[in-house]
Amino acid sequence: MSRALPLPRWADVALMPLVNLAIALVAAGLVVALIGQSPREVMVMLIQGAFGSARGLSYTLYYATSFIFTGLAVSVAFHGGLFNIGAEGQATLGGLGTGLVALWLSQRLPAPVLLPLMLLGGALFGMVWAAVPAYLQAYRGSHVVITTIMFNFLASALLGYLLVNTLRAPGGMSVESVPFGPAAHLPGMHEMLAGLGIEWPSSPLNISLFLALLAAAGVYLLLWHSRAGYRMRAVGASEGAAAYAGIHPKRQVILAMGLSGALAGMVGMNEIAGVNGKLLLDFVGGAGFTGIAVAVMGRNHPVGIVLASLLFGALFQGGAEVSMEVQGFSRDMVVMLQGFIVLFSGAMAYVISPWVARAIHAATRRAAPAAKIAEPAGGTHG
Amino acid sequence: MSAPATPAVSSAAAPALAVRMVDINKRFGNVQANADVTLSVRAGTVHGLVGENGAGKSTLMSVLYGFYAADSGHIEVAGEPVRIRHAQDAIALGLGMVHQHFMLVETLTVIANVMLGAEPHVLLKRADALVRERLLALMGSTGLRVDLDAIVGDLSVGDRQRLEILKTLYRGAKILILDEPTAVLTPQETEALFKVLARLREQGTTIILITHKLKEVMRLCDHVTVMRAGRVVHESAIANASVQGLAEAMVGRQVNIGRPSEGAVRPGEIALQAEGLTLRDAMQVTRLHEVSLSLRAGEIVGVAGVSGNGQSELLEVLSGLRAPQAGRMMLAGESFEPNCWLEPRTARRLRMAHVPEDRHARAMVMSFAAWESAVLGYEGLPEYSRRGWMRHGRMRAATEALMQRFDVRPRAPKLGSAKFSGGNQQKLVLAREIGQSPHVLLVGQPTRGVDIGAIEFIHGQLRALRDAGCAVLVVSSELDEILALADRVLVMNQGRITGELPIADCSEARLGLLMVETEDAPA
Repeated sequence: MSRALPLPRWADVALMPLVNLAIALVAAGLVVALIGQSPREVMVMLIQGAFGSARGLSYTLYYATSFIFTGLAVSVAFHGGLFNIGAEGQATLGGLGTGLVALWLSQRLPAPVLLPLMLLGGALFGMVWAAVPAYLQAYRGSHVVITTIMFNFLASALLGYLLVNTLRAPGGMSVESVPFGPAAHLPGMHEMLAGLGIEWPSSPLNISLFLALLAAAGVYLLLWHSRAGYRMRAVGASEGAAAYAGIHPKRQVILAMGLSGALAGMVGMNEIAGVNGKLLLDFVGGAGFTGIAVAVMGRNHPVGIVLASLLFGALFQGGAEVSMEVQGFSRDMVVMLQGFIVLFSGAMAYVISPWVARAIHAATRRAAPAAKIAEPAGGTHG
Repeated sequence: MSAPATPAVSSAAAPALAVRMVDINKRFGNVQANADVTLSVRAGTVHGLVGENGAGKSTLMSVLYGFYAADSGHIEVAGEPVRIRHAQDAIALGLGMVHQHFMLVETLTVIANVMLGAEPHVLLKRADALVRERLLALMGSTGLRVDLDAIVGDLSVGDRQRLEILKTLYRGAKILILDEPTAVLTPQETEALFKVLARLREQGTTIILITHKLKEVMRLCDHVTVMRAGRVVHESAIANASVQGLAEAMVGRQVNIGRPSEGAVRPGEIALQAEGLTLRDAMQVTRLHEVSLSLRAGEIVGVAGVSGNGQSELLEVLSGLRAPQAGRMMLAGESFEPNCWLEPRTARRLRMAHVPEDRHARAMVMSFAAWESAVLGYEGLPEYSRRGWMRHGRMRAATEALMQRFDVRPRAPKLGSAKFSGGNQQKLVLAREIGQSPHVLLVGQPTRGVDIGAIEFIHGQLRALRDAGCAVLVVSSELDEILALADRVLVMNQGRITGELPIADCSEARLGLLMVETEDAPA
């Protein structure tokens, strides 16, 4: 029942994620060994696959782009005191918004006008989709965790319904819309680099990566430098104190969730405008849920989220490579590794951090002047 | 369980010691919470353990009760060296602790709370009968009476405390540790508690009383130990101690927290007037019943009352955190009706500041750095934000200045709000509110959880504000504080104002009576 020792800030910020990651890797390595593969070989292959080639790196960054959006979405809501499980659905709706704008206007408007409109459409759709659970939480007391989970299913069903009944290409056999006009295409990274005279292999990576990095910077400025962010964090950290300060917690709930939904909605710029060029089913592909892991791993800080997105992007890409190369190593193994990372950096972090704290204190105390070691003395006092 | 099987027989010369803690050291990180602490408590006495917050009293008792392991030192109970690793070890040795925050299940009955975790029979009905029999005997011999079948949630604070003591005695406690037992009691309840404690002492129970109320120490204790900064700085029989001497030992310098002699106060114009405030909560229970009051510039009005009689609600209504169902309020020439009640932001604009009673849940955002908490509520002012952007440089500079002016320690604007001691948090909150030079200041529990040195300072600041012409309303459950600060006293009882007295007519006994008398049984 002893009181937990405080962890120094540097350790909390920098060391703990690495320790948690290392433990997750060891655990995953044990499982890999258990099925008769060499953990070392798999690890090397995974890193090679993710970072070893320009193409691999591109895929890693492409995956990371969506994770940055959803990770930011989860963390903005978190700073407002809300656990948004609905980034998946908000991203789905965002893609729908982006796609609808493209279907409507891609034959009529030039790219420089159309692409911002598509971004706006996606953000707006995601925002509205998140605002409904936010309203229910703020004014009706329905817990946002429950409602956002349900809204994921609704979003998926809605997209399926629209694609089957309304948006499907005439005469087409697959459940997808007609391709957008060329103006709706967000340039790929290789296209842009080719314009600069740099040769880069073709990949799904597109310039929405820059949008994601801009969004991360924007979230940082908003949360820690703007008055709106100050108020949002005040509500998230202490509703009572916020009310005392004259901040309306209910409005802040709507604001935080709306912003969160808008960020998730931007996933559509990567997947729909950047890669697919048409609306289709399940383009989010779990990025909304991975965003939760990214936010946890990244300590809800934009810098951490970008780094965690890179890690998860590497896992996706490297894992795909490994599953192609190694017999018996399926993509599910990557999901397992992800699971371990979430487990150790989220749920188990509170178990691990006291150990680390104790180790650090022991180390610093040994370095400091020797602590007093008292011998059980005979009573001379009292 | 390393308790010795046979109780020790003390040597003939020395009086029997119930507890002896020798050279206890306990360090948390860089803080030496206990340094070579030696405490000897004689059997069958009441031993006062006093000291400011953070002096190490609670740590010492937690070591004794098995919550913490000491880094070094040893403990003897009834003359035998013991090792106490868990609370269970302590209980087996006959130690019992009554915490400041009661450890009771509010939805269960009194008897169920007593036997919880120590049911003497697998069948509850049988267990109930067994426990009841023993409890009735215990209640008879100690004078601790509680209705055994009442739901704990319905009990008064005094009853709950009696229940806690009963619970520890039921489990065989011979050494009772009481942590700030009178913090939540009325003077009358305190009186009753002291009678019970005196009786327990006669029956041979040893009592360790952790407190910062020195008057109580002088009244009840036989011996007293004073701690400061983790060390024992004073130890004596009560006959050789004085309130002034103990206070100085606690703080390490001369203190004066009584009422300074002062000239007559000349209250000015009415700064705030409230009429017929009536508030019902969500369960339709009336919390405030037609409360009317007025505050004049240049006076301190004290609101006395037992916690939970509407004082908190009164502060929430006056500060704009809650709208009443009926009533009216005038502030700075503006009138507010229930359907369009004052908002906290409007209150600040009209120069009414508020130091809320709950520092942790309201006054600060504990996860914010001090410089962020130091502008809470005023973040929209042009000196703190412009065009939607916070001005961090100015916020930090302002915090630095506030810390300087109110002697907040450590003077570290970047430190987390939660890392300051209670007294320094309170000083920072007061600095923030007073820093805006308000015309009206509402203060709830200005010195709750604040140590003596800071109390003296905070009281001084409130008086200075009054002298500068501010109207101050102080809500406090500490009668001593009301008596030391107020120029006029309002007594609240069950949501009503049951008395209004100029300070000259106030005495502890008279206020105490107004605080508890009920309509059907007027005193």
